[in-house]
Amino acid sequence: MRILAPIAVGSAFVLALLYAILHAAMTGGMAGPDMTAARLFHKEPKELSLPSDGPFGKYDREQLQRGFQVYKEVCSACHSMKLLSFADLRGLGYNEAEVKAIAKSWPVQQPSISDKTGEVNSRPNIPSDHFPSPFANETAARAANNGALPPDFSLITKAREGGAAYVYSLVTGYQDVPAEQSKMFPDTKPDSKHYYNPYFAALNIGMPPPLKSDGLVTYADGTKATKEQMAADVAAFLTWTAEPKLENRHTAGLASVLFLMMFAVFCYLSYRAIWAGKDH
Amino acid sequence: MSFPWAKHYEPKSAFTKWIDARLPLPRFVYSAVGGGYPVPRNLNYFWNFGFLAGLALMIQIVSGIVLAMHYDPSAVGAFNSVEHIMRDVNSGWFLRYAHATGASFFFIVIYIHIFRGLYFGSYKAPREMIWLLGVLIFLLMMATAFMGYVLPWGQMSFWGARVITGFFSAIPFVGEPIRQLLLGGFAPDDAALNRFFALHYLLPFVILGVVILHIWALHIPGSSNPTGIEVKEEQDTVPFHPYYTAKDGFGVAVYLTLFAIVVFFMPNIVASPDNYIPANPLSTPAHIEPEWYFWPFYAILRAFTGDFMGVPAKLWGVIAMFASILLLFFLPWIDTSPVRSTNYRPLYKKFFWALVADILLLGWMGKSPAEQPYVVISQLAAIYYFAHFLIILPIVSRIERPLPLPMSITEAVLAKNNKAHAPVGLTVQPAE
Repeated sequence: MRILAPIAVGSAFVLALLYAILHAAMTGGMAGPDMTAARLFHKEPKELSLPSDGPFGKYDREQLQRGFQVYKEVCSACHSMKLLSFADLRGLGYNEAEVKAIAKSWPVQQPSISDKTGEVNSRPNIPSDHFPSPFANETAARAANNGALPPDFSLITKAREGGAAYVYSLVTGYQDVPAEQSKMFPDTKPDSKHYYNPYFAALNIGMPPPLKSDGLVTYADGTKATKEQMAADVAAFLTWTAEPKLENRHTAGLASVLFLMMFAVFCYLSYRAIWAGKDH
Repeated sequence: MSFPWAKHYEPKSAFTKWIDARLPLPRFVYSAVGGGYPVPRNLNYFWNFGFLAGLALMIQIVSGIVLAMHYDPSAVGAFNSVEHIMRDVNSGWFLRYAHATGASFFFIVIYIHIFRGLYFGSYKAPREMIWLLGVLIFLLMMATAFMGYVLPWGQMSFWGARVITGFFSAIPFVGEPIRQLLLGGFAPDDAALNRFFALHYLLPFVILGVVILHIWALHIPGSSNPTGIEVKEEQDTVPFHPYYTAKDGFGVAVYLTLFAIVVFFMPNIVASPDNYIPANPLSTPAHIEPEWYFWPFYAILRAFTGDFMGVPAKLWGVIAMFASILLLFFLPWIDTSPVRSTNYRPLYKKFFWALVADILLLGWMGKSPAEQPYVVISQLAAIYYFAHFLIILPIVSRIERPLPLPMSITEAVLAKNNKAHAPVGLTVQPAE
């Protein structure tokens, strides 16, 4: 009797599953997913190596400043960076005065309320302000971008599969629709509001190519502003915005792991010493 | 209960005598994890994982309490408060990464601990109560982990909460009211976030309470061991301290080293990028998947795709998912073989490793999208899962002819060591 109860319950589950398989086989549910253009032509991100990679990685402050310049002069027209304040820019190597100047001259002002009349107006940014959004709200952002919403950049490299390499690939990856795709999926051609980019999951992206030509920005340190250079610099900058404590983490990690490895050796030796002569 | 040869605590100084007469806490510790607890001498490294599970629980509680001091359980503030912890709170990034990856480490430890119990028959008489309490801890952990994952209020938090609470609506008649009661509304929002936070803070202490019962129940028959035969005489055992405190100490050091490598150098290795996007009820992520430790159960849930015997497919899936864990409560009575250790069960051993492979396969399927061929593979794997516990195990434990068992733990230890390095004498040296 005791053997029958589990077997009865088990058989019910097994039969329900066998029925599900059979049902799928009879109704054509065994076919794999349809081949879509996105499935066939979406590309994995390109290789990108940054100084912050790996367990000993450190940010290159000059590269971060160049990346910030690209963000400021190109991306910030559409993409907000709400989680960062101007004061955070000290992490890029800017001093207090430079941070103050950057905040003050930032093209979008900080919304504020007049303490005399209560009227809503705006004032120049100060270092403790977070970066103001380029659009007043989501509706305004979509209205200005053919219905697409430019995502916030604070965490973008952690919020996308592929991270910094994805950002780099996306901004350098615009191209014409491959002939093969046009032949197989003629109706996947981007409309007038979209652009073809195989690194974007849906293939057609609402963002126009942001780094159209070399020399779009002029770097103060004399680095040649090729498209690839600007893309790598902004990807490095966005790695920093997503993970500003990366260097603290790496330094603390190295010390912790070395300590714990030595600790483990000593623990092993005490274990051996205590068990010496005791067969086990 | 303890073995007759267990040493007793003897207070030496006037102060410890004074304490012992009033609150014998040192005596309690001595008998629980000190020199007064005799433990089989042949425990292998798999017996480290109980201690490690306790450590993992303490790491979660301590890091979690500090995180709670900086966290805001509101739909508007939750996501930003987590980023505030990452950016502005002193060492906040360490606390959060330790807590988030600590959950994964906790589950790795628990899964090894559970499979240790399955392989060595630790659930069999007289240790059924330890096993039952253990399964209860596992269930509480899953509930706690699920609610904890909702708290950062990212996309996967929100959609995960929606999908998981949606299971309840499969229950006829009362399902939808239960779902609304859990969420405090029709969809996850402030009400759900607040109650999940309250429960996520409460449940670890409930777990801690059940852990104390689990250890109490363990101390009645004493620890099992890799041979599965009971302790017979004093030379089968060693005192817990210093022998197993030293061995657990080494285990802890290795565990913390691996934990530190992940926390400091690859803290997002199991994190979904979607959870770094703030929750948005109007935008569904392309793939909604739970955390890795739920993948096998998620695969079982989705494997039931046909309405069968008048029960809708969705309800089958929900029943099967809960049954896949609840059946563990009956394991001590399903497996009727008197032999504990699978080392002496040649037939069951094959099925045990098939089960391990099957659960890994279910995990892979749980991560994969719900399309062919993944669906049919998860159905076949789920068939084996239920067949293993409910059909194969009761039959195998009746028809199997186990290998001869050693006479005692000491005999097994000496036989093994003599085989390993031939002419070692049979004399056992005292260690101290």
